[in-house]
Amino acid sequence: MRRAIAAVVRKDVLVELRTGEAVPAMLLFSISTFVLFHFALDRRSVDGDLAAGVLWVTLLFAAVLGIVRLFVAEREQGGFDGFLLAPVDRTALFVAKATVLFAFLAALELVAVPAFAILLLGPSPWDAVPELVLVLALADVGIAVVGTLVGALGIQTRTREVIVPILALPLMIPLAIGAARATSPLFLEAGAAAVPGRWLLVLGLYDLVFGLLAFAVFDFLLED
Amino acid sequence: MATATDGPAVALRDLGRAYGERVALAGVTLELPRGATLAVFGANGAGKTTLLRVLATLLRPHAGTAAVLGATLPREAWAVRGRIGLLGHEPLLYRDLSVRENLRFHARLHGVGEGRAAALLDAVGMARRADEPVRALSRGMAQRVAICRALLHEPELLLLDEPLANLDPGAAGAVAPLIGRESGAARVLISHDVELGLAEADVVLGLRGGRAEIVAPAGSVAVADVRELYR
Repeated sequence: MRRAIAAVVRKDVLVELRTGEAVPAMLLFSISTFVLFHFALDRRSVDGDLAAGVLWVTLLFAAVLGIVRLFVAEREQGGFDGFLLAPVDRTALFVAKATVLFAFLAALELVAVPAFAILLLGPSPWDAVPELVLVLALADVGIAVVGTLVGALGIQTRTREVIVPILALPLMIPLAIGAARATSPLFLEAGAAAVPGRWLLVLGLYDLVFGLLAFAVFDFLLED
Repeated sequence: MATATDGPAVALRDLGRAYGERVALAGVTLELPRGATLAVFGANGAGKTTLLRVLATLLRPHAGTAAVLGATLPREAWAVRGRIGLLGHEPLLYRDLSVRENLRFHARLHGVGEGRAAALLDAVGMARRADEPVRALSRGMAQRVAICRALLHEPELLLLDEPLANLDPGAAGAVAPLIGRESGAARVLISHDVELGLAEADVVLGLRGGRAEIVAPAGSVAVADVRELYR
């Protein structure tokens, strides 16, 4: 199974490096949204709850762009058939695609979060970088798991651009709440406070529950 | 007790498959011994591609039974994945990857060494184009690479849908030893070239509207009988 996961991840990263169809679009969307918030809120900077909300709503919408693209090559270029003909566990495709989406999100956040800090965020986030990375990582696992599940479902339909956000965004509401509440204390004007442990727990539980759910149902999504 | 390695290459009994209300295959019964070739004829929409996808384990049978290389589908499909080579309408290649990268990807999925891919590319005359992206290849060249992809893991059953489509005579000659009778694999061959198909076949299946109108040894089927399927 590890061999198949590595093969799919390597292939997807290679295709993305060559075509730039997902990450650059996610990045441009995020930065454009920060600029729009800057003008729409009519504020030079944001902090606390508002800053956390703006960051996470933007990242979730950007993630949807990546989710929509996640299985396009598999659908349009026969990748599903090629994979299904191989003697490998179908779960390998789920793990590989979730890993790829996680990597795309990490690449996005490597640029988008500093851009957010420069364009919109009032307080300096640099003191709280380790805590912020922890929250981002926990949330990204959840987005990757749910995104892969929804992406595999949406790609079977003709209207994946509509179906994916309609399914993904409601499923990610608990994740958005947990991530925003966990991030909010890191963006306080008076200086970063400790991340509430219960919201980290919420994110961890979300990852676990949806991970198990995806593990149980992903095979059925590949059935004809 | 029979295992997934016993039995004929293909055994179908009253096989049926539908897409919603539309029946694509109904009541198809036949047996193909190991190492033999089944030629499938029929007009567009007769159910040929559906039959191939059922045999490839990509579609579930909706009626009857289907066994491939001794494994009953879909229950034992896992036992034959990796022993079937499918060459369909689509080459199953990623356009933005090079020829070599595509074959490397499929070789890894099948646990095959990269030397096999290099040898196949050489055999079909594509070694010099190995580093070009698939989107830059002509359809005939992509078809040659698709043949390499289908043969990487040395399958025991070859499912070939118009394998010589888009190939010039030179290329067709180059791939003949790989996908022809000399390959030693059992073959299911879809062809619209009636004479060629009959010459290659041991058993003939003629489909019309998803139903088997001809199921017979190749020696007992006349060209005119097959041509009648297209009227």
